[in-house]
Amino acid sequence: MNALWKVARFTATDIFRSKWLPVYTVFFFLIAEGLFRFSGDSGQALVSLTNITILLIPAASIIYGALYFYGAREFIELLLAQPVGRKPLFTGLFSGIAGALGGGFLIGTGLPCLLHGTADDRITILAILSIGVMLTLIFVALALLVAVRSDEKVRGVGICLGLWLAFAILYDGLIWLVLALFADYPLERAAIVMTTLNPIDLGRVGIMLRLDIAALMGYTGAVFEQFFGSRVGFTLTSGAMLAWIVAPFMLALRSFSRKDF
Amino acid sequence: MITIEHLCKSYGKTRALGGVSLTIPSGGVTAIVGPNGSGKTTLIKSILGLVKPDSGVITIAGKSINNSDDYRAGIGYMPQIARFPDNLDAVSAIELVKSLRGYPADCDERLIDALKLRPHFGKPLRALSGGTRQKVSAVIAFMFRPAVVILDEPTAGLDPLSSSRLKDHIIEMKASGAAILLTSHIMSEIEELADSIAYLLDGSIIFHEPVASIIGKSGERTLERAIARRIENGKELL
Repeated sequence: MNALWKVARFTATDIFRSKWLPVYTVFFFLIAEGLFRFSGDSGQALVSLTNITILLIPAASIIYGALYFYGAREFIELLLAQPVGRKPLFTGLFSGIAGALGGGFLIGTGLPCLLHGTADDRITILAILSIGVMLTLIFVALALLVAVRSDEKVRGVGICLGLWLAFAILYDGLIWLVLALFADYPLERAAIVMTTLNPIDLGRVGIMLRLDIAALMGYTGAVFEQFFGSRVGFTLTSGAMLAWIVAPFMLALRSFSRKDF
Repeated sequence: MITIEHLCKSYGKTRALGGVSLTIPSGGVTAIVGPNGSGKTTLIKSILGLVKPDSGVITIAGKSINNSDDYRAGIGYMPQIARFPDNLDAVSAIELVKSLRGYPADCDERLIDALKLRPHFGKPLRALSGGTRQKVSAVIAFMFRPAVVILDEPTAGLDPLSSSRLKDHIIEMKASGAAILLTSHIMSEIEELADSIAYLLDGSIIFHEPVASIIGKSGERTLERAIARRIENGKELL
């Protein structure tokens, strides 16, 4: 077993031992279970689950990822003093954190979905679970990018919170502002471009289109459905999500490889 | 043997090391002494590859360490602060390092018992005192019988018995031919362990001499007073 998998397995095990991860898993389980039980309609439950997933996963992943790195910093130094390369160590660290958080989400959300989801919901459930995992990977990569570049814990966690706030809330406000200011112009294509620049919006649109509620979004929704629902749109959005994982990860890896500890 | 030639490192506009050259022989203890911020930690971390020097060459046993990770298989490192992830216990920490080093056959586990660490093995490291965590670091540093041992304030936080046993182990390693690099602010400890002292100030080595020579030249009875006298006289430091 190479160093990458040793570090990944160690990190994931260390996180599984913490009290935080069971709480995270149980939280998703209770939310999903509660939504299925009390909403009556599984489609409605999945819409609510989507909203919770795309807001909570980025927040939890970026904050926990950064806190874990800061907490393990001296131990990372000790590991770097062993005959281990920086790239496998960092990749192992990323895989371990993202794997543990992604696993917690999959178990917590997946079990109620398996128990209550109907055959018609399969694709939507698959979309929610896969987008949840992708958002975990993206925001853990962003967390490590910030934590590697900023030695001050308070500053780093502050930047992480700011990033989450920007992607989850402020960015949508910005889109609405642009749409309102240029309401007289055809902005559907611009809206599509702006959506692909925000991983949370990408995830939201990806799931919403599987839920067949795009019609509720009017003409823009129809354009979105036409674009994101097409094979080209699906390929482009999948590529954009992948780029959102790879780009921050590669930047963080580069910074980690050059960093003075 | 470690050979350092013209090592330079700056953090932005702050110069940490300004052309340090130093030889650390095998079978001896070399102490790096100097005020806070003099560059001791940067020097140690450069040898470990934790800090990337701007220029200069470091060789261990004749081989340059540039762009290599494998050379660290021959190094044992005990950091100044022993901090571990919250949920980790001592066994898991030691096992991880062992696995990263490919489970060497002849691990030296005597320090585990000498430092009475075994009763604490199953407990999370966050629940242990700073001194006990420091013992875990010591075990990891010496476990793989390294040819080079780097110790950053090794006895800080240790109780007198553990400190004494660790020092015995350092002396034993020295006798077995290891090159030992030590930093400490405790002059009595350096006097007891070190063969030579490199005095670092503002990133430059001001003097590098055998301990006996430093004491002998000063006319003082202890190393602490000898170094204090030398600093007060200050010719070399100005």
